[in-house]
Amino acid sequence: MNLIAKPSKENIRTYVPIGLSLVSLSILDVFANAFFNLNLMAFFPSQLNYFLPLILGFIGFYLIRIEFSGVRSLDILNKNINSNNFNALLTLFTIFIIIKSIPPMLDWFILEANFVGNSKDDCTGDGACWVFIKVWFNRFMYGLYPDAEQWRINTAFLILFVVVGVSFFVTEKLKKYFIFFLVFVFPFLGIKLISGGSFGLEYVESAAWGGLSLTFIISAFAILFCFPIGVILALGRRSSLPAIKYISIGFIELWRGVPLITVLFMSAVMFPMFLPDGTFIDKLIRVLIAITLFEAAYMAEVVRGGLQALPKGQYEAAKSLGMGYWRMNALIILPQALKLVIPGIANTLLALVKDTPLIFVVGLMELAGMIGLAKTNPKWLGMAMEGYVFAGLVFWVICYAMSRYSQNLEKKLSTER
Amino acid sequence: MIFKKFNIENKKARDLIPQAITILALLSVIIYFATNAQINMGNRGISFGFGFLNQEASFDITFSMIEYDGSHSYGRAFLVGLLNTILVSAIGIFFATIMGVVVGISRLSDNYLIAKVAEWYVEIFRNIPLILQIFFWYFAALRALPLPENGISFYDISFLTIKGWYVPKFIWTNFNIFLLSVIAAFIAIYYINSYATKQREQFGKQIPATIISFTALILIPLITFLFLGVSLTFEYPVLKQLSPTVFTYAGGVSIIPELIALALALSMYTATFIAENVRAGILGVGKGQKEAAASIGLNKNQILKLVVMPQALRIIIPPTTNQYLNLTKNSSLAAAIAYPDIVLVFAGTALMQTGRAIEIISITMLTYLTLSISISIFMNWYNKKMAIKEK
Amino acid sequence: MMSKIIELKNVNKWFDKFQVLKDIDLEVAPQEKIVICGPSGSGKSTLIRCINRLEEHQEGNIIVDGTELSESTKNIEKIRAEVGMVFQQFNLFPHLSILDNCALAPIWVKKLPKKQAEEIAMNNLKRVQIDDQALKFPGQLSGGQQQRAAIARALCMEPKIMLFDEPTSALDPEMIKEVLDVMVDLAKGGMTMIVVTHEMGFAKEVADYMIFMDEGKIVERAKTKEFFENPKSERTKLFLSQIL
Ligand SMILES: Nc1ncnc2c1ncn2[C@@H]1O[C@H](COP(=O)(O)OP(=O)(O)O)[C@@H](O)[C@H]1O
Ligand SMILES: [Mg+2]
Repeated sequence: MNLIAKPSKENIRTYVPIGLSLVSLSILDVFANAFFNLNLMAFFPSQLNYFLPLILGFIGFYLIRIEFSGVRSLDILNKNINSNNFNALLTLFTIFIIIKSIPPMLDWFILEANFVGNSKDDCTGDGACWVFIKVWFNRFMYGLYPDAEQWRINTAFLILFVVVGVSFFVTEKLKKYFIFFLVFVFPFLGIKLISGGSFGLEYVESAAWGGLSLTFIISAFAILFCFPIGVILALGRRSSLPAIKYISIGFIELWRGVPLITVLFMSAVMFPMFLPDGTFIDKLIRVLIAITLFEAAYMAEVVRGGLQALPKGQYEAAKSLGMGYWRMNALIILPQALKLVIPGIANTLLALVKDTPLIFVVGLMELAGMIGLAKTNPKWLGMAMEGYVFAGLVFWVICYAMSRYSQNLEKKLSTER
Repeated sequence: MIFKKFNIENKKARDLIPQAITILALLSVIIYFATNAQINMGNRGISFGFGFLNQEASFDITFSMIEYDGSHSYGRAFLVGLLNTILVSAIGIFFATIMGVVVGISRLSDNYLIAKVAEWYVEIFRNIPLILQIFFWYFAALRALPLPENGISFYDISFLTIKGWYVPKFIWTNFNIFLLSVIAAFIAIYYINSYATKQREQFGKQIPATIISFTALILIPLITFLFLGVSLTFEYPVLKQLSPTVFTYAGGVSIIPELIALALALSMYTATFIAENVRAGILGVGKGQKEAAASIGLNKNQILKLVVMPQALRIIIPPTTNQYLNLTKNSSLAAAIAYPDIVLVFAGTALMQTGRAIEIISITMLTYLTLSISISIFMNWYNKKMAIKEK
Repeated sequence: MMSKIIELKNVNKWFDKFQVLKDIDLEVAPQEKIVICGPSGSGKSTLIRCINRLEEHQEGNIIVDGTELSESTKNIEKIRAEVGMVFQQFNLFPHLSILDNCALAPIWVKKLPKKQAEEIAMNNLKRVQIDDQALKFPGQLSGGQQQRAAIARALCMEPKIMLFDEPTSALDPEMIKEVLDVMVDLAKGGMTMIVVTHEMGFAKEVADYMIFMDEGKIVERAKTKEFFENPKSERTKLFLSQIL
């Protein structure tokens, strides 16, 4: 059985160079094949040829697998991608698949893609037609909002970013005013700016709103409203008063038990039946109410988790100071409970943002909806791939950033504790 | 004394007032809504009731697992939708579980590449809205598939085309006998395992129950093929020309693209959450547990089976059940690509035709609600039963 | 040569670049009791974990009951079954009752009938005086009771050697004695024991040899009496003065 010695420290000088060159050769072969369509080992019979890189790489990895070799980089390599035969195979497969999939991806996204022009006919290459995104970009961001008025949306968001940005740097005392402005003043200011109808601003009906800006508007308002409702529901669910407790439970479980899409259907077709004939409530507002109530139920459960996690002593301490129910919650309990569940809150908000495209149910179109509209435009048929890849990227960047932020926050909080 | 009594009564009153106000407020909202609804329905000449469920639906459904056509009732249309929801959810749950477990374990792999690939899988698919993923598969990826005449063939028995995936149809003779034999096999396996446990517990004898069970599972149904007249033939899909330019496949079973896109997106999306649960579950069993198990002489498999899995599963199962529930609720996004699930068929088409918004939305929501609540009741029971006992 | 049940020769071990064990030589005869002490981080745990191969050494030889531990050691489980180990954090299996914790290995490793395994478990629980708690779960017991259960669990495999890694450090002061009493009993019964502990009273009572470790090395190895009355190394003196 001992035809060749087991790789070990003694034969490291012969085995490692041979092993490394075999691994490199196998990767090079796949690489050349994928990128330049070259077949380096064409002289082998075709059946063998196919598996050759795998076999070479496997043997190579076997040869360099020397435990405690004393060579630091080799040890790290072995430990991380080559700890046994099975792992070596997995490593090779992964590397091959990655190498193989890079060229077609690169071609589609960049090399064969079309960037210049302004109609579908300008897209002559085999790759993506980014012209589609370019031409429709404005619609994807602002929906059907009139071009001439789009500065209003920009201004509203600009104010928001500036105020939020500045508020990070001001003193604690001033921060209060900033938060007050953001929560109680800005939303109404912003919405007035965007909808218009007074101060000489042209009225833009909400049906024209759309695109990514609508995603942000809906998310922002839903967050703003679902938070306090969620807190109240959470307190209600933990109340000692049975009527309040069970009404809260019923409310929370009702919304959590059904899909959002049915709630939106309800707001679209069932809700108007409950109002006096002729009452008209704006579509956007109905959607906002639906999303807010829905997410508030989830928020309530998150907050309840925080309330439950607080030690009883906190309640007793607050009571012993003679505080009433509301003061106790507002000053002692909630600030601590909310801090405990910041990651959960962030996750709920993330879910909320990911849920916004569902407003297509009532005919509102944010980014995904606008892409659906654009791809059915007779002049731009066949652009679904570009559209959804683009939308996917945009949403991914937003959601990934949010989830990273919440993970960091979670880490920071857990080390503080 | 008097003071104390007064205080108690005072407290009672203090408790009563907010409750009374809440109930009153709720009641008045309900009454307000109800009267409006009554007036509105009166104006439209419809009255509240569920009699319409027996009326003829007179619309077609593109995909049904039970016999259905326009002449059947709305009630049956509801059932078709419900079954389609269950079908796509079951498929989604099946694949999400497999992928979730694989990815979750991969994330803990000591192979850096595998761990990274798994991590990026999770980061990518978790952070793109599910509806976009459904759109992507349905409108972009599956639309890139070839027309039937150029379908991607798998050994000429199954074809993937833009119109769906055509797979062979199973044609059984004496299927009942086969089914009975499978049930018999499972009963046999149950007895084999309890016998093995008994032998182990009473005499310390080890019986290779797993291998025997596996053999039984194959052997018993096989016998029915050989001796009891059960047979299975396949009806393969065959390309058929309908007109000079239009082709389709005849025979076999067609899996519609809506179902593929939906199942694909649901399972890939949910798998990321299951993967995180699996990871947390495995990480949740401390290193000390494995070391203690090793130090009393258990081997690797026994450590996994007797110490790690029982503890990890307690951590994994509750949130994963929740994910199954989420997947089922998310399957309602079917409506966006016209997969005929309960929302599309019932809350969509049937509602449009009958105008009975209140009844139909209520039934739809109640269906989901029943499902959710029964699962959470089960979960509570399970958690209580499985909870690790502490002081 | 044959009289040694544990032998370590020139053992070296690294965690990445950091050397935890440096040239460790150690011999233990059957029925000997050895107490290891030394500052935290000096490699005491790593040393005794190498003996049942919860950690792998990289250089040198470790021979336990005639079997050399190495990469190619088959049936490492067999050796582990002969070497009982008690951990600082008890590490009882929380999902099993105390009785099941104890009967687990006899059933699955020794392949004993359940009844017999449970009998063994009960006998050992009696030995550590918690047989009345047999049906409770680990989470329902006090720390001292848990540690005694952990000792019973190890004893159920009838090990030839017992390793203790700071068995009393995670306990409240009032519970330390009950665990030490069990260990003294065990020692008097003739068990081979290697104990990492800072309970010097216990050491004086049962240890044949004392070992002082610092920075991965055995600094001093001496008969117990000599060790306490007349330590040779300055570092040992300093350590003893801090701890006594
Ligand atoms: N798994 C590990 N990886 C890296 N370093 C470790 C590991 N376990 C222990 N160490 C390091 O080895 C040294 C000795 O640890 P240990 O044997 O636990 O010391 P003691 O038990 O004497 O306190 C410490 O510096 C510790 O940080
Ligand atoms: Mg230690």
